Amino acid sequence: MSEPASTGALAASPASEALAKTRFDLRPLALMAVIALAAWPAVGSSSTWLTLTIAGLAMGMIIFIAASGLTLVFGLMDVLNFGHSLFIALGAYIATSVFTSLGDWATAASVARNLAAIAVAMIAAMLLAGSIGLVFERVIVRPVYGQHLKQILVTIGGAIIGEELIKVVWGPAQIPLPPPEALRGSVMIGDASVEKLRLVSVVIGMVVLLLLLYILNRTKIGLLIRAGVQDREMVESLGYRIRRLFVGVFAAGSALAGLGGCLWGMNQQIVVPQIGGQVNVLLFIVIIIGGLGSTLGCLFGALLVGLMSNYVGFLAPKLTMFSSIGLMVAVLLWRPQGLYPVTSR
Amino acid sequence: MSATLLELKGVHTHIGAYHILHGVDFEVPAGEVTMLLGRNGAGKTTTLRTIMGLWAASQGSVVFDGRQIGGPQGDGDAAASQLRTPEIAAQGIAYVPENMGIFSDLSVAENMLLAAKKARTLAQLDSARLEWLFGLFPALKKFWLHPAGKLSGGQKQMLAIARAIVEPRRLLLIDEPSKGLAPAIVQNLIAALRELKRTATTVLLVEQNFQMAKALGDRVAVMDDGRVVHRGPMAELAADESMQHRLLGLSLGAHQ
Repeated sequence: MSEPASTGALAASPASEALAKTRFDLRPLALMAVIALAAWPAVGSSSTWLTLTIAGLAMGMIIFIAASGLTLVFGLMDVLNFGHSLFIALGAYIATSVFTSLGDWATAASVARNLAAIAVAMIAAMLLAGSIGLVFERVIVRPVYGQHLKQILVTIGGAIIGEELIKVVWGPAQIPLPPPEALRGSVMIGDASVEKLRLVSVVIGMVVLLLLLYILNRTKIGLLIRAGVQDREMVESLGYRIRRLFVGVFAAGSALAGLGGCLWGMNQQIVVPQIGGQVNVLLFIVIIIGGLGSTLGCLFGALLVGLMSNYVGFLAPKLTMFSSIGLMVAVLLWRPQGLYPVTSR
Repeated sequence: MSATLLELKGVHTHIGAYHILHGVDFEVPAGEVTMLLGRNGAGKTTTLRTIMGLWAASQGSVVFDGRQIGGPQGDGDAAASQLRTPEIAAQGIAYVPENMGIFSDLSVAENMLLAAKKARTLAQLDSARLEWLFGLFPALKKFWLHPAGKLSGGQKQMLAIARAIVEPRRLLLIDEPSKGLAPAIVQNLIAALRELKRTATTVLLVEQNFQMAKALGDRVAVMDDGRVVHRGPMAELAADESMQHRLLGLSLGAHQ
């Protein structure tokens, strides 16, 4: 046997772990840059372009937050959850209730109080969406493990029931969800006006992204999730209960959808019971573009869809939905497995 | 012969509508390497998967160290004593599947970390044992922080085996490690497994490569059509060419 060298340094060198990431594929990022640059001359004015780009990125980050759980749930257990949008609607509605009950916190012209109100709304949305996600998993998803057709039917059914329950609790009429006082209006960057709320959304999205990336890349539970997406049988053979892992991911994904819904509602400034259905199509477009099961793909897919929707929404509003689907078709023609295919699936 | 660590008694396994195992009987003695041989489709992989609980035995029992881990208790009873795969793994049984089950998006180190139940971070991996594993499989050290998907077929196989023994295990199930590997790589693998054998690790090894079987096996069970048709010392089978011919249908020339 060949002689072994010292391992001490080796086992304790997480810093050089960056090596493992050298294979990072930059082409999807380039695609994003190409789309952004191509939109510039089409939009005409650079200040408008900047406004649209930041709005697009904000929308992308919100979609990413909402969709990240969906892609992991599919990747881990092959579960197609068409009820995911229910948690988005829940998040938005909970935000309306929190803002109403906190009253002056959201309306006072104090940045600290406003931010606190948002924080409370976000936490409440996550907690409630996460707990209802647990119930949803147990009652609706678990009986149909491994049966795609039934999953689609049953989860859509669950979403419809959820939407009706929302109407029971919050009423069928639309509820305004004005952003807190200090976050209304815009700031000027150069001569481009950028809504404050969009900036806050981008920041919150970044925080969630970094947290997710940290968990998925640097903790054992995250490694297990990634391993489970690739080969759940092997994860079980190593002695881990993938069901338990899956339930945790499902609840966390529902909580993130709740958070996404909270932000989405604030950005729309109005909440309707059909909010879930509106977002659902986007969610699936995003995770298909990204590559089912891939978190990074989900991020880029969401940003691409966000940018595309905003540019096209400005240039030719009627084509907005088409642009997202067209983008999906184009990406799938380029990479049939999505931008970042999960290997060995 | 030493004490029996694993025993299969009349194990039947169905996969969907297909009846694959028709009453498999054999033992794996502790501290020895037992070869499971047989033609393609004889049921070797299904046997390993049944032991691991990835498919449930519909009849018979799988007993590990005196405890039933697979198969229904008695007749007709629901699968009361069929443990789930993670529980079976927790008994100290490690499995290297035919496709190696490497997590290709994770680094070599992360693959190893996931198999180590006691370590939460890379720094907590038992460094003396890692040293020993690097001695067995030097490529792992070289590519420690590289994505496992970038390894060659032989290196992936080495990683799969090293991962299975990152902590001491009581029983190692390995499914056709030589499959698709160049002869020189197979020699490396044999050398590493011989070294592992010296530690008196109990191994149940499925192989098509008779040379490898001869080099490593203490005992042998030969399967055909979902049953074990021959059990005995490996040396006996290795010495008897007509028996090889009859049981495995192989001429030595065709199998190196």
